[in-house]
Amino acid sequence: MAVQIAQLSCGTEYSGVQPEIERAAERVGAEIVLPEVDIDIVEEACEEVGYTPKSANLKVLLARAYALANGYAEADAAIILTCFRCAEGALVRSEARRYLQENTDLPVVTYSFTEDLDASELLTRMEALVTIVERKGLLARKRQEGLTLGIDSGSTTTKAVVMEDDEVIGTGWVRTTKVVESAEKAVERALEEAGYELDDIEAIGVTGYGRYTLGRHFDADLVQEELTVNSKGTVYLGDKQEGGATVIDVGGMDNKAITVWDGIPDNFTMGGVCAGASGRFLEVAADRIGVDLDKFGKLALEGDPEAVRLDSYCIVFGIQDLVTALAEGADPEDAAAAACRSVAEQIYEQQLQEIDIREPVFFVGGTSLVDGMVKALEDVIGVEVVVPEYPQYIGAVGAALLASNYV
Amino acid sequence: MARVFIHPPNSLILHDLVERFGHEPLSLPKEISKRVRDPEIDSPPMNVTPQDAKRGLKYAAVEVPSGVRGRLALIGPLIEKADAAIVVTGIEDFSFGCLGCDRTNEFVTYLVRRQGIPVLELEYPKSEEEAKAFVREIRDFLESL
Repeated sequence: MAVQIAQLSCGTEYSGVQPEIERAAERVGAEIVLPEVDIDIVEEACEEVGYTPKSANLKVLLARAYALANGYAEADAAIILTCFRCAEGALVRSEARRYLQENTDLPVVTYSFTEDLDASELLTRMEALVTIVERKGLLARKRQEGLTLGIDSGSTTTKAVVMEDDEVIGTGWVRTTKVVESAEKAVERALEEAGYELDDIEAIGVTGYGRYTLGRHFDADLVQEELTVNSKGTVYLGDKQEGGATVIDVGGMDNKAITVWDGIPDNFTMGGVCAGASGRFLEVAADRIGVDLDKFGKLALEGDPEAVRLDSYCIVFGIQDLVTALAEGADPEDAAAAACRSVAEQIYEQQLQEIDIREPVFFVGGTSLVDGMVKALEDVIGVEVVVPEYPQYIGAVGAALLASNYV
Repeated sequence: MARVFIHPPNSLILHDLVERFGHEPLSLPKEISKRVRDPEIDSPPMNVTPQDAKRGLKYAAVEVPSGVRGRLALIGPLIEKADAAIVVTGIEDFSFGCLGCDRTNEFVTYLVRRQGIPVLELEYPKSEEEAKAFVREIRDFLESL
């Protein structure tokens, strides 16, 4: 039977996005259900939750959450959707999530949509929900066994990792151009380092944007979205497979904040509409200053982020601010520090507001190698940030680890 | 003496009643007055800065209007340090000073309920009799603290 995802929403019917939501669910083998609520429980629900919105639809949204928490309706997971930039919707969405997490053990994700629904992002969220419901056994794996290959086809870079008997023995990293060719090169490098041939590999796991294409090309045993894979890879490498943790994953083009319990994500939020909170912003900033990214990160450590003001987080306008500051005589160190602070602030403001941070906080993805970013993130969120081993290979390691289930 | 959060947070009637019964009212005008007198801040007339709106992220996501978050940055900490609260409802038709945005009112009421402190919720009185009962209930509540 398909995984049933309860839709708690306001505005989807009028925004014309409902068919997209249903299509995304169908693609990951899930079914959208609208929990039935009796009109009599609407006021009761608002009273129980403690929130009484003006919008009748948002009252129904809360009533649906109440119905799930009190057994009037059933589902395997829940997705809470409201229109982007609706103040009441954003407040209710966040509190309905909190209410469901406090009163049920359902995995919950939230999403604010525009009329141009980003179906790929929604798909990743739905896929993660389905994985959490259907494949808990898969995610429970704590040791890598046999000889496995993990490939992470990211938007900017493609990573491959060969693992044997719970150890990483080969890595490959290339810029993503053509998805298949980039993956082949990354795999070739990882295999060369490991001293094996592709035929020796016992199981393959793929993740990232190009996962479906690579899954077919390599005949992979595991094709999995990056939210669950990256969080598993992180707690494995960070040696925190039990209890709670938070994973902040900032890649080339998007970012994710995930809370994990016993290695299984239970809440997450994704950026992606804007490249301002990604490695791309740092690359453009480093390019403008005229240094490579590694040097840029070290420069940032020496600078004062307050000395240069970036009024916009936008990758275009933010860089424009940076250019203006440099033209006015700002130090490159300060400009680099300000750029890192800008990315950290955007992650804080856009992603971390939607989850309740649990320590330890792990920082992974290519940007975690930029020293200034780690410091900026620590300054902004006010807790120590841990960068585990192989932070840029986290998705590939997670995929290689989980692929062990098929050895 | 208990610290009592009042809602609407700039209600002079509630502020006065709480003080008369020997408690400390946690109200918005007191917070604002601190800022107006702070020589370091200069964004008149209320001296709420963009940093305040960012601090409001503790209570509401970034897509909530910054004005709501700025208000929450001032009001939220008052709720957190309150030992009790008095919430007056049924005042939608009235404009209470700067609190124009009803989303803030909704959320503040919600935060108070979540706080797990003794809360007296009352309807705004519409007649003299109701007003007398209103004051009596507040008196009884404040005396019980």
